[in-house]
Amino acid sequence: MSEILVLAEHRGGELRDITFEMLGKACELADSSGGAVSALLLGAGVGPFAEALTEYADEVLVRDDEALQDFNSAVYQPVVAEVVRSREPAIAMMGHTAFGVDLAPSLAVELGLPLATDCIDVAYDGSELGVTRQIYEGKVNAAVAFPGASRAIVTVRPAAFAIPDAKRKGSVTSLDSAVPDEPELRRFVEYVEAAVGDVDITKSDVVVSVGRGIREPENIPMVEKLAGLLGGVVGCSRPVVDAGWLPKDRQVGSSGKTVKPKLYLAVGISGQFQHMSGMKAADTIVAINKDPKAPIFSQADYGIVGDLFKVLPALTEKIEELRA
Amino acid sequence: MNIVVCVKQVPETAEADLKIAPDGKSIVEEGLALQINEPDNYALEQALLLTEEHGGDVTVVTLGGDSSEEVLRMSMAKGAQEAARLADSAFERGDAVATARALAAAVKGLEYDLVLTGCMASDDGHTQVGVAMAEFLGIPHATYVTQMEVGDGSVTVGRELEGGLIEKLVLGLPCVVGIQTGINEPRYASIMGIAKAAKREIALKSAADLGLEEGDVGEAGSATVVTELSFPAVGEGAEILDGTPPEASAKLADVLKDKGFV
Repeated sequence: MSEILVLAEHRGGELRDITFEMLGKACELADSSGGAVSALLLGAGVGPFAEALTEYADEVLVRDDEALQDFNSAVYQPVVAEVVRSREPAIAMMGHTAFGVDLAPSLAVELGLPLATDCIDVAYDGSELGVTRQIYEGKVNAAVAFPGASRAIVTVRPAAFAIPDAKRKGSVTSLDSAVPDEPELRRFVEYVEAAVGDVDITKSDVVVSVGRGIREPENIPMVEKLAGLLGGVVGCSRPVVDAGWLPKDRQVGSSGKTVKPKLYLAVGISGQFQHMSGMKAADTIVAINKDPKAPIFSQADYGIVGDLFKVLPALTEKIEELRA
Repeated sequence: MNIVVCVKQVPETAEADLKIAPDGKSIVEEGLALQINEPDNYALEQALLLTEEHGGDVTVVTLGGDSSEEVLRMSMAKGAQEAARLADSAFERGDAVATARALAAAVKGLEYDLVLTGCMASDDGHTQVGVAMAEFLGIPHATYVTQMEVGDGSVTVGRELEGGLIEKLVLGLPCVVGIQTGINEPRYASIMGIAKAAKREIALKSAADLGLEEGDVGEAGSATVVTELSFPAVGEGAEILDGTPPEASAKLADVLKDKGFV
C-alpha cells in the first residue's frame, strides 16, 4: 500500500487552509488507488493540531519540539528528510507557499527525488503519477510526468483544491526524530506585521483595482475617479506596488490583502493566482482587459475585452450620466 | 563583497496571444520579445547596490542560447563586471533541478560571498532554482526576499510571507538569496554603458568545463518532463459585454446600476 505524506502548514497558532486542501486531494487519491494518507506535523505545542488533523488523515505523525516552533527550512529539512527516507511515501506533498518554496527544492536535491512545483492537479494514470502545473503566469497548463520514478515531491498551489469534509478517523503517532539545533548559518529573528496605511481596502464595499495594464502612474487618477463615483477605493496587483505607484497596503493578493467587497472591478489585471486568491470571494467581479485569454476572465462574472484607456473614460461617462 | 547573480532571458508573454507549438510541449516563441526575467532584474539591481556600498564585483551568469547574451550585456551595461554563459546543447531542456545543478557548478568555480537569483521565472514558474542551488553548494538560503541588509559575515533578510507578513532571518555568508520583485528600483542602462558592454567578453562554459557529465544536466539530467501543454479551461467564466468601448461600457454601467452600485 502506498502512502501519501502531507506536510502540515501552520502559522501564528492556526493550521493553514492549504493543509486541509492538500489532505483532501491526498484522500481522494488514496481512496481511488488504495493508499493511505499521513499528515506530518512539526511544531511546538501542536497537540491540538494533531487531534484536528486526525479527521482528515489516516495517520498523523507529530514531532513536537521547541526548535520547531517557527518555520525554518534549515531546521525542518533534516526532520522531513528523515521521515521521507524511512517511510518512502509515493508522494510527499507540501504547499506552494512561502514556507513550501523555501523547503521543497533543497529537500528534493538532498533526497534525490523529482520535484514538481505549483501543481493545480495531481493524478494517477494507472500506476503513473502525473501533475498539472501552470506556466507563463497562468496562461498555459503543462502536464508533467516523472519518467521511471515511483516517488516524487510536489508542491500544491493554494486554493487549487477544496477544503474537504472531515471524514477520516486517523491515529496520532509521536515521532522521536532528531531535531537539530537552529544552525548559526540560518537563524529566525522575528515576524514583522505589514505596516497599516491610511486606507483599509478590506473595509470597502467596492474595490476598483489596477494592474500592470495601467502603464504609468499618471493614469491612476482616472481609476480613482471611477472608484470615487462608485463609492469605493483603489486597490492594485503586485506590479503596481513594485513600481512604487501605489503603497503596499493597496495590494490585493496572497502577499497583500484579501478583500471580499460587494463589487470588485479589475482593470488591466491579467489575474495570476496570487492576485485572484485575494479577491475571488467578492460578490460580483468585473474584469476589463485587452487579452481575451487573461486568466482573470475565468474568475469574473462580467468582462469587457478591450483597451482600458478607451473603456474606462467611456464607463466613467456612462456612470456620470446615470447618476445625473 | 563579490556577488554572483543568476539571470534568465524569458519571452515577454504578459500581453501576448500565446500559441502552442506543433510538438505540443512548448509555445511558439517566434514573434515574442525577449527580456530579462523580472525578479532577476531586481536581483541584479540588489547586487549592484550592495557592491556600490560595500565594494566587490558582480558576475552575471546565465544558462541559455545565443540570444541570452543580450541579458548579460545589458547587465554589464548597468554595472556588472563579469559575465558567463552556460553554452552547451547538453544544458538544453533541463528541468529546474538540472538547471540548478549546472548553475551551481558554474558558481563553484567563482569567488563569491553571495549568490542572488530572482525568486521565480515568468516562463516556467518553477520557483526552485535558487533554493536547489544552495543545496548543491551546501550553503544556506532564503527566498521571496524583499528586504536585505549586509552585516559582518552575514545578511539579514526579510522574506515576504502570505498576507504581507515579513519573516526576518539572519543568514551566514556565503548564501543564496532569492529576490522578490519590489525590493528596489531597477536602474536603466546608459547609452554609454550599452556601447561599452557591446565590446565586453562573455565567458562560455560547456558541461565539460564545469566538470559535469552530459547525463547530469539538461533533458538527460531531468527527473521531470513536460508531456503536453494546453490552455486552461475557461470554465463558466465571465459574461462578456461586447461592442465598441462606449457600447460595452454602457452595458456594464447598466449591470452596475441594476446591482445598486450606481
